[in-house]
Amino acid sequence: MMLESAGIEGIIELDHERVDTKMEIPGVNDVKPNLRIRHVSKSFQSKNGSVYVLEDINFEIKQGEFVCLVGPSGCGKTTLMNIVAGLEKADSGEVWANGRRVSGAGTDRVVIFQEAALFPWLNVIKNVEFGLKLKGINSRERRNIALEYLKMVHLTKFQNSHVHELSGGMKQRVAIARALAMNPDMLLMDEPFSALDAQTRWILHFELQNIWMKTKKTIMFVTHNIREAVCLADRIFILSTSPGRIKKEFFVDLPRPRDDNDVHVAEYSTRIMKELKAEIDKVVKCEMDADSCTECDIKCTTEAPAKTDIGGGI
Amino acid sequence: MYSILKRVIFFVLLITLWEMLFWWGIWPEYILPSPVSVCKTLARGFRDQSLLIGIAISMKRIAIGYGISIGAGIFLGLLIGRFRIFEETLGSLISGLQTLPTICWLPLALLWFGLNDRAIIFLVFMGAVLSITIATDAGVKSVPSLYIRAAKTMGAKGLKLYLEVIIPAALPHIIIGMKQGWSFAWRSLMAGELLIVCLGLGHLLMIGRELNDMSQVIAVMLVIILIGILVDRLFFMKVERHMRERWGLVKS
Repeated sequence: MMLESAGIEGIIELDHERVDTKMEIPGVNDVKPNLRIRHVSKSFQSKNGSVYVLEDINFEIKQGEFVCLVGPSGCGKTTLMNIVAGLEKADSGEVWANGRRVSGAGTDRVVIFQEAALFPWLNVIKNVEFGLKLKGINSRERRNIALEYLKMVHLTKFQNSHVHELSGGMKQRVAIARALAMNPDMLLMDEPFSALDAQTRWILHFELQNIWMKTKKTIMFVTHNIREAVCLADRIFILSTSPGRIKKEFFVDLPRPRDDNDVHVAEYSTRIMKELKAEIDKVVKCEMDADSCTECDIKCTTEAPAKTDIGGGI
Repeated sequence: MYSILKRVIFFVLLITLWEMLFWWGIWPEYILPSPVSVCKTLARGFRDQSLLIGIAISMKRIAIGYGISIGAGIFLGLLIGRFRIFEETLGSLISGLQTLPTICWLPLALLWFGLNDRAIIFLVFMGAVLSITIATDAGVKSVPSLYIRAAKTMGAKGLKLYLEVIIPAALPHIIIGMKQGWSFAWRSLMAGELLIVCLGLGHLLMIGRELNDMSQVIAVMLVIILIGILVDRLFFMKVERHMRERWGLVKS
């Protein structure tokens, strides 16, 4: 095990390639793991043969932890998210959530996508009630639960609005309320704020942190925005491209709620950026010079196999 | 308001022209009756209830035929839209049959069902079902996979996925198909009633022809137009407007 003390106080950096999966970090291992990913690999077929999008991914997320997966475009982070959600199958390896092996989508792991995916035929509150209705909860009770979570995202005023009347940020907040109303053990967030403007994102970072501190849900958050990851996460995994592997792991122990513009957040982001730079260079090189690129073969079209995933990509 | 005024003036002028043509007496009355006698025939038809009975019988037939075709059309459309095997087999059959004018089913209907109500209901059904099937298929295929994935992570599967997500998401397409299906069904109904003698509005048209009573022919035609407009205004326009507002398809 390799423990490297970082320049900034409260930050631990781990070189993941040399870390055993059963690592012992003092103080973090007392809580039981909520999500366990073991040797997960996934490849897609391309004209040059099969290409690994994910290769031997191993990690655990503990109950109540906020974890961010960061990586450049096409590193397979959305694929990994889909595998955890049960929307896609891994070629090999296994995912355990709450002690049960993941074999399909389940209400214990609700996904929040890049686009809010609210249903336009339902108004705001009916959208929040959607999952509760499927669970068979009676109409009065589900209305109460829905109102409670709409209140949490400060949108009670808009409960009877149509979806198209909301702004992008409001839609995403309704999506968060809808996911929380299911009372899942885990929230899976797939670049939920990447389509929003900086201002809205800034507000939502506070809101999400507050919600997380209130509900203590386990959150797995995928992003390509490093500062966002530092602002939100307890722990950050950096994924490499082609094949997608976990390259580094960072612990962020800054006080909450954190601000994107906080000097520590900024400083720390810069350090992670350096780690990622090699990876980004690789992607850029591929995209600029697709013909002669030997390092990857579908990378430049890595998003192509995932035709079904609207929420994917950057 | 202004457009309504223009419309009223247009129709008043049209009826005046018609009345003038009648008064000139270029054509005999059994070819061109006066608007007044058409109105009288209409009033008489409602008074002696012959028109009302005709309307009731025709509406009953279309309600049954069209009702069945909505259920069957949505079901078939879902099958074709969701399952590759049905798309490759049933889908090609449906699009082939769509090119066949509905009235061509009449000989078959007569042999299968005889000269009765059921033959006409079958024609109505055949008129609407294909449009609804094709529109539902298109609607199902256009449902964003994001909705389906989001619903799955919230526990939607099997029949509930269809009832709570796929059908509502495809509804704008289904409504368009239903509207087109309605107009085909209405045409098929009239064609069937003209050719099979068993009451209904189409039959009243034929009686008018047999009695050389042109004013009855025109009166019944007016009723048929009116019903078509009423169904369109009272049902489809309202549903479409509601849908547009809800989905935010058009800024009103």
